[in-house]
Amino acid sequence: MSTRTITVDTLARVEGEGALTVTLEGDTVIDVKLKLFEPPRFFEALLRGRRFEEAPDITSRICGICPIAYQMSAAHAMENACGVRVDGALRVLRRLIYCGEWIESHALHVYMLHAPDFLGYESAIHMAKDHPAIVERGLQLKKVGNDVIVLLGGRSVHPVNVRLGGFYKAPTKLELAPLAEKLRWARDAAIETVRWVASLPIPEFEQDYEFVGLRHPDEYPFNEGRLVSDRGLDIAISEYDAHFAEEQVAHSNALHSTLRERGAYAVGPLARYSLNFDRLSPLAQEAARAAGLGPVCRNPFQSIVVRSVEILYACDEALRLIDGYEMPARHAVEVRPRAAVGYACTEAPRGILYHRYQIDEHGTILDAKIVPPTSQNQKTIERDLAHVVPKYVSLPNEQLTWRCEQAIRNYDPCISCATHFLTLTIEQASVRT
Amino acid sequence: MAPAPKLKLAVWKFASCDGCQLTLLNCEDELLAIADRVDIAEFREASRAVAQGPYDLSLVEGSITTVRDASRILEIRRASKTLVTIGACATAGGIQALRNFKDVNDFISLVYASPQYIDTLATSTAIAAHVRVDFELRGCPIDARQLIEVIGAYVHGHRPRTPSHSVCIECKQRGTVCVMVARGTPCLGPVTHTGCGALCPTYHRGCYGCFGPMETPNTGSLSEWWGHLGVREEDVVRAFRTFNADAEAFRREAQAHEH
Repeated sequence: MSTRTITVDTLARVEGEGALTVTLEGDTVIDVKLKLFEPPRFFEALLRGRRFEEAPDITSRICGICPIAYQMSAAHAMENACGVRVDGALRVLRRLIYCGEWIESHALHVYMLHAPDFLGYESAIHMAKDHPAIVERGLQLKKVGNDVIVLLGGRSVHPVNVRLGGFYKAPTKLELAPLAEKLRWARDAAIETVRWVASLPIPEFEQDYEFVGLRHPDEYPFNEGRLVSDRGLDIAISEYDAHFAEEQVAHSNALHSTLRERGAYAVGPLARYSLNFDRLSPLAQEAARAAGLGPVCRNPFQSIVVRSVEILYACDEALRLIDGYEMPARHAVEVRPRAAVGYACTEAPRGILYHRYQIDEHGTILDAKIVPPTSQNQKTIERDLAHVVPKYVSLPNEQLTWRCEQAIRNYDPCISCATHFLTLTIEQASVRT
Repeated sequence: MAPAPKLKLAVWKFASCDGCQLTLLNCEDELLAIADRVDIAEFREASRAVAQGPYDLSLVEGSITTVRDASRILEIRRASKTLVTIGACATAGGIQALRNFKDVNDFISLVYASPQYIDTLATSTAIAAHVRVDFELRGCPIDARQLIEVIGAYVHGHRPRTPSHSVCIECKQRGTVCVMVARGTPCLGPVTHTGCGALCPTYHRGCYGCFGPMETPNTGSLSEWWGHLGVREEDVVRAFRTFNADAEAFRREAQAHEH
């Protein structure tokens, strides 16, 4: 057998830097390596010796696309360590700012990063020449998500208003009113988005995943819930380390996560949706059904549809939250340090984000552990590619490479989070004649 | 007459969170207009299409933390007529420069079980420590209005006009009540470079210095005032040692309080 090699130096339209090598013998994939060579930034180490109240702002800097997720996981973990629960209007505001991040991050991915793959454009800017109204709608939808974050957080990237116990300054009900106006437009635009993405040429491809995500007694999950899977996992967040392992592999600067008992698993919109379809609002469920989705979705190429359904849900939920909001009496509840370990897991746009901190009685951080969604999905992405490549092996090199890139982008990988680089190399050993 | 050729723009990434380049995509109202005025030759976060250099304007995000990146920035400089750094990582080394004050090997072994696989330098350094930089845009993250000013300036052939005074001035312009005077909240505003819109004080929070030091900051005097407010020396060190820890004025002030 001889070797056929397809190479792309840097994968585009992902956050951060990485590479991929797929090796084939004939039509058989013998190896897939997703290489994340984004330089490591050692957040878990630099957190040691910092104050517990600094964790939301410092960990926010792991990712400019999902800073709210980091701020939320960090704040909840510290509050968990200190025995504090944040309820009422402050809890509502946290859920609302997370809605903003889902809208902003998902709209960015659906319109700017993923849709161009389905229609054969290099970028959304190229796509805009033929489909200006669609790209404009995507940008404005993204903007509404950012508007939510800006109002509650001061700015869209690394917002400044989130703190342990709540916020530095909670908005008045009146201040939220203009946001509701924009969100009503966004909800309609999200319905149009679900219809549009469902009409895209989506490859038929299903995989047998173990889906892992949060499950809350009565809400579609953002900040709280038990960690569950469709194969029987049902644990408190504090039990995470007993069930999940992180391993280092030579080809990646991101640690790989596995379920100790069963190996690879999937997190993110597909998992969240399939575990929590019954918790979506009626409007989001109806749009999903009309788009041809069942209550469980195992086709990763349909993640663009699921993300769009989640945009719709987030708009709908944000409007509900604003409608019921009354300004809290206090901007934040007091969080006093104590010697303890705190755990939290929240649903970042790309899937569960786990934080664990050990602090001392003065609030100094002694130890930190952070597991971002993309490091949890690495093995699953590699596994998808091992099945995508044989299915499309007859395609010319360039098209096969693009299909692989699209399959990686199904996961909206955030490599800045995971190590914080993608180059794509497909090595194919063709049958010797 | 043929139209003038479009400015050829490239966006580059080093060790960073992607937030500063995202700021360009966050210019939702201006993005398509900007894309019309410039030729985007390299912007991996947004496009698969890549054109060869040379480039008229390179925007560089992130700090230098690996041997490979230290040589990559030399190539980018050679290929770029104008090079602008965007954000605290590129301008001062970023939060990851906290390693510059510790033994990096301790850091690696804390995070990774097999440190031999990890390629990293002992320090995280600003782009200007490696190559000539034509303009530095501050902030963790940068401000979108300032980014548009910078791109517009180079499209029209003049230097960017961004103020370099302190956050204090911006608070006064906005009419924000001083959090330090009125609430006794420690604030880095008097020594911090403007550009954010004086956000934190409008949220009743002290500035935490994410735009780095202003020109000629009197950090020593501010630390004294913080002392009057009851801030402990170790917390003064922490305050100056965050997202711009290796910017000279902040580095010196933190060292002065480290015992």
